[in-house]
This record gives sequence, C-alpha cells and structure tokens, in this order.
Amino acid sequence: MLLNQFLLLGAVLFCIGVYGVIARKNAVMVLMSIELILNSVNLNLLAFAMRSGTADGHTFALYIIAVAAAEVGVGLALVLLIYRNKRNIALEDLSEMKG
Amino acid sequence: MDVFRDQNWVLSVGTFLPLAGVLVMLFIPKAEEQLHKLVALVTALATLGVGIFTLMQFNYDNADKMQFVADHEWIPVIKSSYLIGLDGISLPMYFLSMVITLLVIIYSWNHIPNPGNPKAFMILMLVLQTGMAGTFIAQDLILFFVFFELVLLPMYFMIGVWGGENRQYASLKFFLYTMFGSALMLVAFLALFFKTGAESFAIPYLVENGGAIAKNTQVWIFAGMFIGFAVKVPMFPFHTWLPDAHTQAPTQGSVILAAILLKLGTYGFIRIAIPTLPDAAIEWAPYIGLLAVIGIIYGAFGCLAQTDMKRLIAFSSVAHMGFVMLGISTLTTFGLNAALFGMVAHGLITGMLFFIAGSVKERYHTLEIARLGGMLKQMPKLGWILGFCSMASLGLPGLAGFWGEFPAILSAYNPADGLPVETFRTFMIIAALGTVLAAAYLLWLFQRTAFGEPKAEFSGHGGHGDHGDEHSDIHDVNMFEWIAWTPLLIAIVVFGVVPNLMFKVLDPAVAVTLKAFGG
Amino acid sequence: MIAAVETLSSGWFLEHAWLIPIIPAVSFFLIIFFGKKMPMKGSEIGIASMVGALVLSAGAAYQWIQRVDSAPSKETFISPVVRTWNWWQNDGFSVSIGQHIDGLAITILVVVAFISTLVQIYSVAYLHGDRRYTHFFAALTLFSAGMLNMVVAENMIQLILGWEIMGLCSFMLIGHWWEDGANSRAALKAFFTTRTGDVGLLVGTSVLYFSANSWTQEHLGLSGFSIRGLSAWALSGDPSSAAITVGAVALFIACIGKSGQFPLHTWLPDAMAGPTPVSSLLHSSTMVVAGVFLVARLYPVFFEGLNILGGNMNLIVLIGGITIVIAAALAFVQNDIKKVLAYSTVSQLGYMMMGLGAGAWLPAVFHIFTHAFFKACLFLGAGSISHSASHHSFDMKKDMGGLRKVMPITFTTWIISTLALCGVFPFSGFFSKDEIIDNVGHNGYNLFMIVGLVGAFMTAAYMTRATYLTFFGEARGASAGEHHEEEHDAHDSHAAHDAHDSHDAHDSHDAHAGPRESGWLITVPLILLATLAFSSGFLNALPFGEKWERFKTWVEPRSEVVLDSGSMASGPGHAIAPVRPVAESEHGEGHGSVCGTETPEEGTCYAPSLNHAKFKWSKAMLSLLIVAAGIVISWLICVQLYTRKNAKLVGLTARNKLLGAGYLFLLNKYYLDHLYEKVIVRGIAGPIARGAYWVNQNILDGIVNGAGVITRKSAGWVYRNVDQRVIDTTVNGSGAAARGAGSALRPVQSGKVNQYGALLFGAAAIGALVLIIINT
Repeated sequence: MLLNQFLLLGAVLFCIGVYGVIARKNAVMVLMSIELILNSVNLNLLAFAMRSGTADGHTFALYIIAVAAAEVGVGLALVLLIYRNKRNIALEDLSEMKG
Repeated sequence: MDVFRDQNWVLSVGTFLPLAGVLVMLFIPKAEEQLHKLVALVTALATLGVGIFTLMQFNYDNADKMQFVADHEWIPVIKSSYLIGLDGISLPMYFLSMVITLLVIIYSWNHIPNPGNPKAFMILMLVLQTGMAGTFIAQDLILFFVFFELVLLPMYFMIGVWGGENRQYASLKFFLYTMFGSALMLVAFLALFFKTGAESFAIPYLVENGGAIAKNTQVWIFAGMFIGFAVKVPMFPFHTWLPDAHTQAPTQGSVILAAILLKLGTYGFIRIAIPTLPDAAIEWAPYIGLLAVIGIIYGAFGCLAQTDMKRLIAFSSVAHMGFVMLGISTLTTFGLNAALFGMVAHGLITGMLFFIAGSVKERYHTLEIARLGGMLKQMPKLGWILGFCSMASLGLPGLAGFWGEFPAILSAYNPADGLPVETFRTFMIIAALGTVLAAAYLLWLFQRTAFGEPKAEFSGHGGHGDHGDEHSDIHDVNMFEWIAWTPLLIAIVVFGVVPNLMFKVLDPAVAVTLKAFGG
Repeated sequence: MIAAVETLSSGWFLEHAWLIPIIPAVSFFLIIFFGKKMPMKGSEIGIASMVGALVLSAGAAYQWIQRVDSAPSKETFISPVVRTWNWWQNDGFSVSIGQHIDGLAITILVVVAFISTLVQIYSVAYLHGDRRYTHFFAALTLFSAGMLNMVVAENMIQLILGWEIMGLCSFMLIGHWWEDGANSRAALKAFFTTRTGDVGLLVGTSVLYFSANSWTQEHLGLSGFSIRGLSAWALSGDPSSAAITVGAVALFIACIGKSGQFPLHTWLPDAMAGPTPVSSLLHSSTMVVAGVFLVARLYPVFFEGLNILGGNMNLIVLIGGITIVIAAALAFVQNDIKKVLAYSTVSQLGYMMMGLGAGAWLPAVFHIFTHAFFKACLFLGAGSISHSASHHSFDMKKDMGGLRKVMPITFTTWIISTLALCGVFPFSGFFSKDEIIDNVGHNGYNLFMIVGLVGAFMTAAYMTRATYLTFFGEARGASAGEHHEEEHDAHDSHAAHDAHDSHDAHDSHDAHAGPRESGWLITVPLILLATLAFSSGFLNALPFGEKWERFKTWVEPRSEVVLDSGSMASGPGHAIAPVRPVAESEHGEGHGSVCGTETPEEGTCYAPSLNHAKFKWSKAMLSLLIVAAGIVISWLICVQLYTRKNAKLVGLTARNKLLGAGYLFLLNKYYLDHLYEKVIVRGIAGPIARGAYWVNQNILDGIVNGAGVITRKSAGWVYRNVDQRVIDTTVNGSGAAARGAGSALRPVQSGKVNQYGALLFGAAAIGALVLIIINT
C-alpha cells in the first residue's frame, strides 16, 4: 500500500525530530527538529487526505506550514536575542525557569 | 364565593406605589436630604390618594365579598398565584397602614433619628408600607407569607440602625423571634396545602376545603400558625421581644410597630387560621382565651412595674392585644368585630402614645418617669394630648378604645357553640378587672409625668428670663407634630362617637369568615 | 283583648329632649377651641349652654306634666318618650342611641341643669383669675353633658358613655389644681375607685344583655341593652334567677363605687380637694347621684334580682343602712367643713339606697330631688365662707367661728339648708327623708327603719356641730382677720401655694380686709338654692293630703300591664303606646292588671307595683323629736366644748382609752384607706407588679435569652468541634497534600527544555499506548 510508505516515512521523520528535540543542545537545531516533526505530521495528513479523497487534509497541511513559518520566525528571533544577551545558545545553560 | 373584579388594578397600584418612590430615591444622591423627604412624602401622599380612591370605590353594601380582585399566575410550579382582594375585614387595616405611614413620614420631616441618613430611612419606610399593605390584601398563602416577611427586614434595620443604646440586641431579638414564628407558620401553610390536596394556596380555596381535614391534623397545623401569629401579636408568653423592640426602636419605628405590625398577627388569625381550620379553632379557642386574659392582667402588672415611659406603653400593648385576642377567641361575630375594632383603635391610640413618648424624649432627653413631672405646666398642649390618649387607651366611652374593649368583654359572656361557657365567663370577669388595672397604670403615668411641678433639673432655676441653653429643647407641640397627630386625634374621637363607621364595614365580612361556626 | 290605643300628649320639648346633653357637649368643644379668645374666657359659653339645657329641661318637664294629665286615669301606664337612632351594629343587629324620657329622667334633668347653671354662675366669681379658668369651665360643661346624657340614655351603652364621661371630668375637676400632689392623688383615687366599681357595670351589662337579648328581641323588638327592654324582661318571669341576680349585684357594685357607698366611699371625702363649686356639683346632684339613679332607672332588675320586698334583708338596703351610720359617724371627727358635708352626702346617699332597697322608690327619688338643692346650697355656702371670710381655709376649728354677723346671707341660707338636711318640718328634707324612713318600716324592714332614725339623730348632731363651729362662738384665725401663713397647710400643701396665688388674684388687695359677705354672683345662687331647699318638699307634701302628692303623680312609673307594645315600639320617633285591656275583669277587679311580684300572663310590665305608707303624724312626731334631740344635745355639747372649754369634755378622747380608740378609729376612717392604699394598691403596684415583671424579665425573657444563649453556645460548640476539627481538618489536609505533591513534583520542572520535551513525548506515547489498547 502506498499509504503505509507515506506513514512510515512520516514516522521516521517524526522520530528523527523527537530525537533532535530531546538530544540536541543547540537551540537552532531544536527548532529545526520541531520543523521535522511538523512536516511529518503534514505528510501524514496529506496521505490520509489522498486516501479519503477530500481536501480537508490539504487545508490542515497548509495551515500547519503557515503556523510553522510563524513559529520559526518567532523562535529564531528569541534565539537571536538569547545569543545577544548570553553569547551562547546552549539549552542546558538556560534553566532560569526552574521551579 | 362571588367576587368583584372591577378596577382590579387599584390594589396593586396602592400596594406597590411606594416602591416606585423607592426607585426614584435610589437615583437621588444621599446628600439631597430635603429632596428625599419630599419624594417620600409625595409618594406616601399619592399612596394615600389611591387608598382614598379605594375607600370611595369600595362597595359598602357588599363588604362581605372580596372586591378589586386580581388573579394572575405567579409561581405555577407550586400552584401559587398572585391573588389579591379586599373585603370589610381588610379595608380598615389596609387604609390605616397608608395613613400611619404618611403621618410617620410627616413626623420624620424634622425628627430623623440619629445617625441621620434620611435616604435610607425613608426608603425603608416605604418598603415597609408595601409589605404591610400587601399583607392585608394577599389572598394567597405564599403571597401573604412573602409580604409578611417583607415587613421584617426594614423594621430590623430601622431598629438596628436608628435605635437606642441597646439596639443591636433588640433588633436581633425581634428578627430572630419573628423568624422563628414564621418558620413554623410556613410549615403549617405547607401542611395545609398538602392536606387539602396540593391544589392551590388561595385562601378562598383553603377555606372551602380546610374543614375536611381530620381534626387531629388540624390541631397540629393550627399549632404552627398559632405560634407564627402569636409571636407577632404578641401574645403572652411570646411577647418578650416587644418591650425591647419598642423601647429601642426610633419613634417612627415604634409607631408603625404598634399601629400596624402587631395587627398582622391578629389579622392572620382572623383571615387564615380560624376560617381554614374551624375544628382546630374550637379546640384551641379556650387556650387562646386563657393566654389572652393572662396577657391582659400580666401586661398591666408589667406596666405598673415600669420606670420608663416608653416601656410602659409597650407593655400596655400586651394588655390591649389581650383584649383583641379575647374577642377573637370567642369565635363569635360579636367578638371578632370587637377584635377588629380593637385593632384599629389600638393602632390609633398606641401609635399616638408612642409619638408622644418620642416627643417627650426629644425634649427631656429621658423617659424616666421619676424624672419627669409637671409636663402640663411646661408644655400644656403636649400634656393634655397625653392625657387624652391615656383616657382613650384605658377605654373611656366616647373614644375609640372603648369599642374594642367593652364588646370584647361582652362577647366573652357568650362564646360560640362548642366552647366552654363557664370558662369564658371567668375570662370575662378577669378581663373586666383588667380595665381597672389599665386605668391604674395609665392614670398613674399621667399623674406622675403631667401633674405636679416640673423637676428642678428641667425647670430652669431662675424661673424668670433666660433659662439657659440646656432647656431650650423644652417647647410645646410644633407644627409638624400637629400635622402628624391631628388626624389620629380626630380619628380617635370620630370612631369613638360613631363606631358604626367601622362596624358597618366589619360586620358582614366577619359573618362570612365565621360561616363554619354557624354564626 | 286589643283595645283602642290611648294617645298621650307629647310635644316638641319631650321629643327633642335628646338635645339637652348635646348642647353642653358641643359647648365643651367651643370652649376648648375658642374659649380663651372670648371676653369672659369661655365661661359665658358654659353658662349659656347650661341655661339652654335648663330651658329645654323645663319645657320637657312642663310637657311631661301635660302628658301625665292627659292620661285617662291615675293607673294608666305613662309610656316614656323614646326615640332611637342606629348607633352601631354588631352581630347583625344594631345598637341604638336615643332618649328615654320618663318622670325620673325629667326630674333629674331639671335638677342637674338647674344646679349646673347656678354652679357655673357661682364659679365665675369663685374662680375669678384662676390660671385654668377656661379649662375649668370646659370640664364643668362636659361633666354636665355626661350626666345629662346618662339621664336621657335609652340603653345601657349610652348610659355607660355618660357614666364614664363623668368619671373623666371628675378626674379633671378634682385635680384642677394638680400642681399639688395631694390634689392629683385625690383625683386619681376618685377615678380609680369608681373605675373599680365600673367592672361591675361592664360585667353586669354583659350578663343582662345576653340573658335578656333573645327575650327582648322576640317580645319587644328591642336589644338587650335597652332600658325598657331590661325593665320589661326583669318583670316578665323569663329571667333565670341566677342571671338576673348576678347582673343586679354586678351593677350594684358599680353603684357602690359611683355613689360612694360603703365600702368604696373613701374617694368621696378626698375629692374635696377640688374647687368648691366642683364639690357642690359632684356631690349634690350629679356624679354621686349617678349610682342611685342607675338603681332607680333599672329598678325592675334590682327588684327582681335582689328580691326586694321578698324578705327583711337584701344587699341594697344593707349597704345603704351601713353607709348611713358609718358616714355620719365619720362626720363628727372632721375639722374640714367640706369633709363634714362630704360625709353627710355619703350618709344621705345611704338613705336613698336604703329607700330603693326597701321598695321605697318614690321617696328615694324625691330625696335625690330635695337633697340636690340643700346640699348644693351647703357646699356653695362653705365655698362662700372660704372665699370671702376664712381666706381659703376650710378648717372650722382654726379659721372660722362667729361668722353669722359678718355673712348674713350665707348664714341664713346655710341654716335653711341645714334644717332641710336634718329633716325639720316643713323644710324639704323632712318630706323626703321622713318618707323614706316611714316606707322602709312599712315594707317590713324594721331594723333599717331604726337605722334611719339613728342616722337622722346623727345628722342633726353633726350638722349642729358644724354650724356652731362655723357661725357661732368667737371668730378664730382667718375669720378673725388674722392673716397667718399656716392656713394653707390646713387645706393645701405648700406646692399649691403658687396655684392659689394665681387663682386668688384678688388676694393682694383683700387679704387684710377681713371677713365680709360675698358678692352677688355667689349670694344669688345661694338664695335661689335656699329657697328651693325650703320649698321643694311641698311638691310631695304627704301630710297635707293626697292633693299635694304631685311628685308621685308625675314621676312614679305606673305599674300597669301594657299589651302588645312590642309592635309599636320600633322606629324612631314613636313612643311606645300602651294598650289598655278592655276586659279588666279578667285580671281581677279594681285596678285591673297591676304588675306585682307575679309574672304577667300577657302583656308587659315596666315597673313593679309598690305600696306606700300612709302618713301618720305620730310617726312623724317621733322622728322630729329625735332630730330635735340631736340638735339640742349637740348644741349643748358644742357650747361646753368649744366655747366654755369645759374641762370635763375637752381632751376627753385623750383621757378615756375607749373613747380615744374610737376616735382614732374614726379619724383613720375605719382604716379602709389603709387597706386600699397600703395593702391592695401598693400590693398590686408594688410586689405583685414587680414580681410579674421579674417573671417577665427573668423567666420568660430568660427562656428567650436562654434559648438564644444555648443556640449561640451550641453553635459555638459545633463551630469549634465540627467545623474547626472535622471539616477544617479535611480542608487543611487537602492543602497539605497539595503542598507535598508539589514538592515531590518540583524536580520535574527543571527549566530544561529538552526534559520538558521528553516528558511531553513520553506522555504522548503513553496516551497513544492507552488509545491503542482501548481500541483493540
């Protein structure tokens, strides 16, 4: 089935993304991993949409791309600010929100 | 029962018009004291105008029937409706409440008690008026109960805020005591409702179907109502809130309390308890009569022991309401007529006495009888008015008090069928002795406060010329007092000379009320 | 049986007799509201109203006599002129107000109106300059209105109305100078004592009403309050003996209180604290006569209820007899001239009661008539003395004596009235009092005839003493021209000084002028009254034969059986019309139907038939001798005691223990006042009232407060133990649990984004796992 391949690809991309989010220390890399996760979701949505023959999935995917763009924009801006203040974007050192 | 439904807006307007005044006053800033008084006065005048209109439109030939009846759905879930109407029993009290409120507002014009704030005071007074008028026209038990309780709150605040030194205690006692009675009364109402088939709370319906309840059940339901109403009357031994409330209440509060509030209890007996539960009424009547005569004698003794003028008058209420209850307990037309007349007469006379007590307090800053004296010399008019009211209160024929007292005594000689005649005749003699005691305490009061020479502390030692500022409060009756009192004084005389003005209205309605007793 | 209706003449004055009390009643309000602005301060309104009442009364009297004369025979029942209006209704029927004019009412109306007029004229001078001059006339006028209303009353309620108005006015008048505590106490006592008696009036009226109402409604169409109805009912044989006896006794208690009979007579002497014109009016013709009038008015009720003529003792005759002797004895120890007269009044009222109790209705009423004149004259005479001679003292021993030369008019009128009071032939008192004594004996009450004769002796004696002290001997104190300060103490305490100063505006200029005769405003009423005190007896002068018995003809109700009056008696303006039976033989011969003690088979009786004693000079001589003895003995003792100061007599009471004890006993008025004031009144006002109040405050209020306290305490306990411990523990526990959990979970929030991400995905993975498990 063609669907299974899409889903498998999506799952692989998702796992890479998760790994990136958990394991990478560089904030930029974490943002990119999140992009991977989102795109894996997009892939899944499109696969299901083709299967069901409606445009719902496409619509969701487009929305997610737009949201992801915005998210990356905001995220990079934050990273840039952090870098300016701390000259460092290693996430281990950014634990001011410890409860 | 056929009823007259013409002009059925009249009663609602008359009852709720004061609330319109309240609404207006809510939007006026507190500082505009004169304006508040003016609005209150205009509202009360307009209400009385509606009252007079009612009086003129009332069909006196059919005083036994409900008139101006309005019937609307209200709370269908519990089968309670907005059913109001007026007959010969309600009319005098309904009208009296309007008159008293107006006079009290006039009196308040320059007698706002401490701590001032006419806005709140007047608003409470108008709310009180709605509650009182509503109680007398309600023909539905739930509606009656709502109005009955509506009266409590303004009175509570009036005593608690504008009262004397011990006002907290008195107001709380008044409130809790009455609430206690009301709670039992409500239970009784509900029991009555369910025992008559949970059909309706309308009094006419309950009157028709209440008699069918088993006697034992009736007796218990009556017990609940009895306590609710007896606290309000107040009957011995439920009277102890009264002296405190009266003593601590501001003059206006005392007047309304004596003139109208106490009558809610007796009215409840006549309107609800007796006609709906005739068998129980017969069972209870001897005990009510007993408590009534105990109240007469006991209240008189209480009076004789008092050293405070206002408290004495308060105790005299216990005695006078004893006569009213004695009349009711006979379950005869004669007795109920006497009781209803006594209610109005007591309202006029004791209301007047409290007005006087208030004015005495204002002038001498004390009501200690031992410190007063020679009032006739310093303030002859006030002194003679006190004398006049004392005479009226002790039941002098030719003044209103007599027609409540003497027929009540008379009726006790011949109570309704089924009541123990010998017992009631004994009550009659005891009640007649009560008139002597009434003469004793009232004249004693009059003699000690009005006769003799003024006490040195108030008389101004020089005797001539400048008395100094300390006695500047001692002046005779002023204009606002005259305006507020004259109608009451005239009414006392007029009802005394022409009692038929009231008996004519009461008699047929009472006869209908007592239909269950074959009267 | 039905015969032609006899029409008796009537007239405007008779039909409008109800106006008589209205005039003074209206005047009262006029005086109150406008009196002070009038030129004579309202006294002219009062006098005018009394004159108006007198004119109407006289007119009514004239027409009543015509009415009596128009009757076909001496036995015809003269129906009263009755008019009624609906006053109030109760229990379906109406209670009326109106007039009931018969001979008795006419008599009292004339007397009251006449004496009130004179007293008011007299007061103009006597109270000249008084601080409450206008009030005085207002009260006096209302007082007369009350009495007149009581006299014309058609029913018991109206009668009570008048009765109580009098009580009120007596309170105001006796306490006229209320600045003085003694006066206001006397006023209170008068009102209170009579009010005590009034319990009987209320109870009696109630009992009679309910006993009689059904009978009167059925037979006469009248209510059970109606005087006609009650009279007819009492004689109808319908009443049960218990009901009518209880009713009569209760009413009689009221009469005892009002008419100052033993044992409620004690208020009467104290009532002398009022101004003298008041004493004169109250104690001659109005207030105190009210009780006697009530007995006379409802005579059939008392007749049947107390079984008058049914034995040789009944309540009324007993009380009357006791009162005569007791009061007369008290009169001997008084130094105050007004108190002598007061006790004399009590004693004379005893005669009237005794007469009524013994079936001597007419003599008793006649005695009311004559007594009014001479007693009013005596009181006004005493006032004249104090006003002009003794400087407002009434103390005979201190401030009087030898006044006969200074005050010739007062003296003459006093002597005439005294002789009338003592019952000396041919003064008026003789004709009335002697007739009472005579008839009492005639009706079988021999014991009381002796009492009456003893009373006559005592009356003569104490009046001689008073006369001697006042007018004979040498002048003492104020009447001798001395102006000493104590005279106020004799009668008034110091507090009244102020009041008297204002009331004696003329003090300043005549205080040292010494005793003199009073002005014409005072002497003219005295002369008029003295004239009547002498002559009024001839209206019923038995010794001169039947032609002289006018009073009997005019006043005594005829005891004829009246048929079918019920149908005629309704509606205002209709007098009940008697129907004379045609077949007289059916009811026996002679007088036809006469109401006896037996029940009439048909028709209605309004008055019991009474016998009259035949006048015999032998009996009259006996009583005259007794009176003469009284006067002479008393005179001799007085001369010895007061003028010669005979050592054997002076201070006798101090030396002889028995006499001293008796004197003390009398001086303290048999200790009745002590009993009433110290024991009963003080007991009720003191311990009993305080006890009741204690119960109120501590027991009843204690229960209420206790309930409050218990509620509050149990609420506190609930609060502390249930609320604070159980429920609050739960609440606090949850807080602690939350805190613990928080601290346990705190490490999770490391602030490390990766860790958060791991948790997120871990949780999501678990969630996914759960979903899969559920869905498979």
